[in-house]
Amino acid sequence: MAEGVLAIAEQMDGVFKNAAFEAVSEGKRIAQSLGISLTALVMGNNIEKTAEKLAEYGADHIVVVDDPLLQDFLVDQYTDAAAQVVKEKQPEIIITGATSIGKDLCARLSARLGAAMATDCVELHIKKDQCKVTRPIYGGKVLADLVLEGFPKILAIRPNAMGAALNPSEAVVEKFEAQLQEGNSKFLDKTMETGKTELTEADVVVSGGRGMGGNDYTIIEELASVLEGAVGASRSAVDEGWRPHSDQVGQTGKTVSPSLYIACGISGAIQHLAGMSSSKVIVAINKDPDAPIFSHADYGIVGDLFEIVPAITREIKKAKG
Amino acid sequence: MIKRVPATESMIGIAGDGKSIKTEDLKWVVNPYDEFAVEEALRIKQEHGGTVTVLSLGTDKTVDAIRTALAMGADKGILINDSAAANSDSLATARVLAETIKTLSYDLIIAGMRAVDDDNYQVGPAVAEFLGIPHISMVVKEEISNGKIRCQKTVEGGTFEVEAALPALFTAQRGLNEPRYVSMPGIMKAKKKPLEIKTLADIGLSIDDLGEPKTRVVNIKFPPERSAGKMIEGDNAEAKAAALVKALKEEAKVL
Repeated sequence: MAEGVLAIAEQMDGVFKNAAFEAVSEGKRIAQSLGISLTALVMGNNIEKTAEKLAEYGADHIVVVDDPLLQDFLVDQYTDAAAQVVKEKQPEIIITGATSIGKDLCARLSARLGAAMATDCVELHIKKDQCKVTRPIYGGKVLADLVLEGFPKILAIRPNAMGAALNPSEAVVEKFEAQLQEGNSKFLDKTMETGKTELTEADVVVSGGRGMGGNDYTIIEELASVLEGAVGASRSAVDEGWRPHSDQVGQTGKTVSPSLYIACGISGAIQHLAGMSSSKVIVAINKDPDAPIFSHADYGIVGDLFEIVPAITREIKKAKG
Repeated sequence: MIKRVPATESMIGIAGDGKSIKTEDLKWVVNPYDEFAVEEALRIKQEHGGTVTVLSLGTDKTVDAIRTALAMGADKGILINDSAAANSDSLATARVLAETIKTLSYDLIIAGMRAVDDDNYQVGPAVAEFLGIPHISMVVKEEISNGKIRCQKTVEGGTFEVEAALPALFTAQRGLNEPRYVSMPGIMKAKKKPLEIKTLADIGLSIDDLGEPKTRVVNIKFPPERSAGKMIEGDNAEAKAAALVKALKEEAKVL
């Protein structure tokens, strides 16, 4: 008999992603509304201590699979570990953050378990007899309501779409011994940019487009920096080689939903709009008053971005004192 | 593995049934991430030899997408076209593709990391799971030697380097390569290349094996319309900046 919600909380080197807290918080909301319990699952190496933190977000049980083979994310081992926990706990719903790692794990796990899966969910409507989710398709041009059948169901929620909420519980960490072995793949190395806010998790995104005219993004970086946000780019800026692919916002890049999105020198092609239109507040700065971006922005400024962007940076610094 | 999808510049309309999109007037293309996959396959063939087979689950119209990949330089195509598979969700699609691949000999399978229509990121890894082979997703760089593939894959804020023993599957991320344009001679040659069209029965699957789809779209809607924006006026950049910051603070309350 399937029962309970299992929230998989993603960590790297003993530090939880924000998405982990969002998954546990949303898992708690579902568990409460269905009157069932929430188990949080953490996989990694030497993470017992780290895992305790999930009690702050309302986990009723915290299960840890602690194994040197889980030091870094390798989808084979993580799928093995998660599938063994699922087999024992028999959750009806598995929830996690739709990060690169979360998406990868959910996809493989869904095939292992023969389970229905939906990724990048922005809304969950879960009742006793129906599991309905809303997720963007066609790069966010439309939203689809999906019904998932069978047990368990795997839901990956889009980072930033559902908030994390403190909800302290008395959960204690329980160790789970998974049978893992070295598979046909091997983790070799990781290169992480330190001190950089990740686009998809950022609360503020400042993006530059063709109007930047070159690869000097200093004014964009300075504005992002005072707002403690991340720098994004339009596809044309990436195609020009001004910015790395990892900065691209849009249908063939990343989808972002920050509280504040500032588009500088971006005309507003439909593919770009698809990637940022779920931002809470959109500001557009463009010298062309007819740029399509203005009809999708909450606030528009017509003018030279090289004058306006630094002026905004100064104004925010001033306001912060 | 490729999929035929609406071009990303397409305006998407909602059909009368409220749960599918209007397909008239759409320009259809090979999913952009699958183009990276085809391109990388061609480059691997150039370096290591072998044959590049393009596989898709689709309809009569998917022939065009496969011909495009053949025109890029792939050697042969396989299309699974069966009305019983028409309503497949991503998991059922992966099942069909995996069963087809089981009838072939292969060293490496490449897929786009996602299709730009349903954006589910599921098919590639699920095919690898059904085949019992390792996979590496969101790859921006790969190198093959001594029966192993070594890949760089993207994650938020960085890259991982992962190695897998062949046969393996990887999914292509933007940044892997720049797909070549199809040339006129390429298109002419593609017309003569083998393209097999198979049904579920041909790969030993029945409709009962697939079962009912476990995910089903019940409704499609447009995202909430944004209310008409406000233009910030001012005599100069400083004045406009000050007015914007004031509005963001006091009205929008995001600062």
